Amino acid sequence: MTVLRKMTWVELKLFLREPLTVIFTLALPLVVLFILGGVFGNTPDPEGVVYRGVGAMDYYVPAYIGLVIASVGLVGLPMHLAAYRERGVLRRFKASSVPAGNVVGSQVAVTMISAAAGSLLLMAAARLAYSFQAPHAPEQVVLAFVLAALSFSALGVLLGALLPTARAAQGAGILLWFVMLFIGGAGPPPEVLTDSMRFVAQLTPLQHAITLLQDPWLGFGWNWRETLVVAGITAASALIALRFFRWE
Amino acid sequence: MSAVIQIEHLRKTYGRTVAVDDVSFAVERGEIFGLLGPNGAGKTTTVECLQGLRAADAGYLRVLGLDPRTQAAELRLRIGCQLQESALPDRIKVWEALDLFAAFGRKQTDWLRCMEQWGLAQKSKATFASLSGGQRQRLLVALALVNEPEVVFLDEMTTGLDPGSRRVAWDLIRAIRERGATVVLVTHFMDEAEALCDRVAIVDEGRVSALGAPWQLIERYAGPGRVTFSAAEHDLTWLHAVPGVESVTHSGLRISVEGTGPLLALVAAALVEHGIAPLDLANQRPTLEEVFLALTGRRTLEEGETP
Ligand SMILES: Nc1ncnc2c1ncn2[C@@H]1O[C@H](COP(=O)(O)OP(=O)(O)OP(=O)(O)O)[C@@H](O)[C@H]1O
Ligand SMILES: [Mg+2]
Repeated sequence: MTVLRKMTWVELKLFLREPLTVIFTLALPLVVLFILGGVFGNTPDPEGVVYRGVGAMDYYVPAYIGLVIASVGLVGLPMHLAAYRERGVLRRFKASSVPAGNVVGSQVAVTMISAAAGSLLLMAAARLAYSFQAPHAPEQVVLAFVLAALSFSALGVLLGALLPTARAAQGAGILLWFVMLFIGGAGPPPEVLTDSMRFVAQLTPLQHAITLLQDPWLGFGWNWRETLVVAGITAASALIALRFFRWE
Repeated sequence: MSAVIQIEHLRKTYGRTVAVDDVSFAVERGEIFGLLGPNGAGKTTTVECLQGLRAADAGYLRVLGLDPRTQAAELRLRIGCQLQESALPDRIKVWEALDLFAAFGRKQTDWLRCMEQWGLAQKSKATFASLSGGQRQRLLVALALVNEPEVVFLDEMTTGLDPGSRRVAWDLIRAIRERGATVVLVTHFMDEAEALCDRVAIVDEGRVSALGAPWQLIERYAGPGRVTFSAAEHDLTWLHAVPGVESVTHSGLRISVEGTGPLLALVAAALVEHGIAPLDLANQRPTLEEVFLALTGRRTLEEGETP
């Protein structure tokens, strides 16, 4: 336990010393927030169709929290893990009998912490710029955040376990992130997507994570169906990652 | 049994490449044991099989009585490894790395002292990426030793170190042995092996081609020794009667006697007996390097390594 704590602390410092990752995690969602906020404002659709009937910003803030989670999980974590393997850092850890659980655990912890920091920053900015609706059921939103962040951490570990090099991991992560950004619920409102796009969107983990966050946030209640889907993604990714994890 | 490391008929292949063909040796507690051999001989593979980092295809392996194949996790807590190929995160600081790796071990250890011993105190706040090659190497060796392991594996520990640091490293390794630890040292520096190792194994093409104390190997494989001195005397034929002498050659005043055995002592005695006491009587002892070349140097680079 002390080893895990120490590794997490060191990894957190390493994360903060990596300016590009920090910008990607913390600043990019902010940029997207202000651009889309400037375009769509926060007045609910009078017909109550688009954006699930709420203001655009009320819709997007939880969606962007999903985006922050996805960016640390899909881009940061896999690249870091694959680079560690590529450069022989994992070998060095293995030679000191560091359990894989500690290596992966510290990465997941850093992912969760940085996702939380990015989300808080995003909420603060949205609060200052737009009068967005505070979460309806805050405890449920926190729980949804934890589930979503765990799920994307597991996906990230899976990518980091499967992809041999940091370059490959980075490419795959960014590609997935963009696809999910555009159709997964953090881009155009789901209501304006074509049927086939909506079908693909259903396949992206981000869509489910965002709905899981939005429902308690906007007052639609806890979504058990999405809970199952998100937990399922976590379990499946973790199991496959465990099976394919390589130290070198 | 005081053998800390036992390795019998180790074999390890990668596809069709035979990395280790048949290697056997034992290392006693408190020994500094050297592994020498040309590039690709299988030294790193051998050592990494002992560390449980690679799975041997065949052979009997024991380190501290543990089987590296099945008890690797337990074993790795008791050994220290400096790997030939490994790295740390680019942005980790020297003190953070030592602090972290000290926490991996079971006992409380003083990583600050380790940092000072290995000359890293001034670089304590520098990141791994900003260190020079030799400083990185020193940090990696320090990490191998920070938990006071019972057995230490050092794979080309002094590669990239300046001569001063190299001597300091030798002293530190001797100090580790004084503490009771056993050291396995892979090296390409023959002077290092001669200065540091109690015994060495010369590995070639995945097999042990010679095993013993450096002086024993020198005596057995290095060919004749040579004693030189200057003398005005021309008739030195009586030198041929000295036991072990094989040839006497003149080059001006300079005389060179080649032969085997305790050449210097016997030649010196004979000279004094004949009233000659040269000031420049010198012994050119063959070194481990000659042994190494005699045993492995036949291949040229073009012939390449084992097909
Ligand atoms: N992971 C690997 N995959 C395939 N072949 C390998 C691998 N590791 C080593 N080999 C091969 O096994 C042989 C022995 O390699 P090894 O690294 O043990 O040599 P070495 O004695 O340590 O050499 P050096 O002095 O250059 O470090 C070489 O022919 C090498 O090409
Ligand atoms: Mg090697």
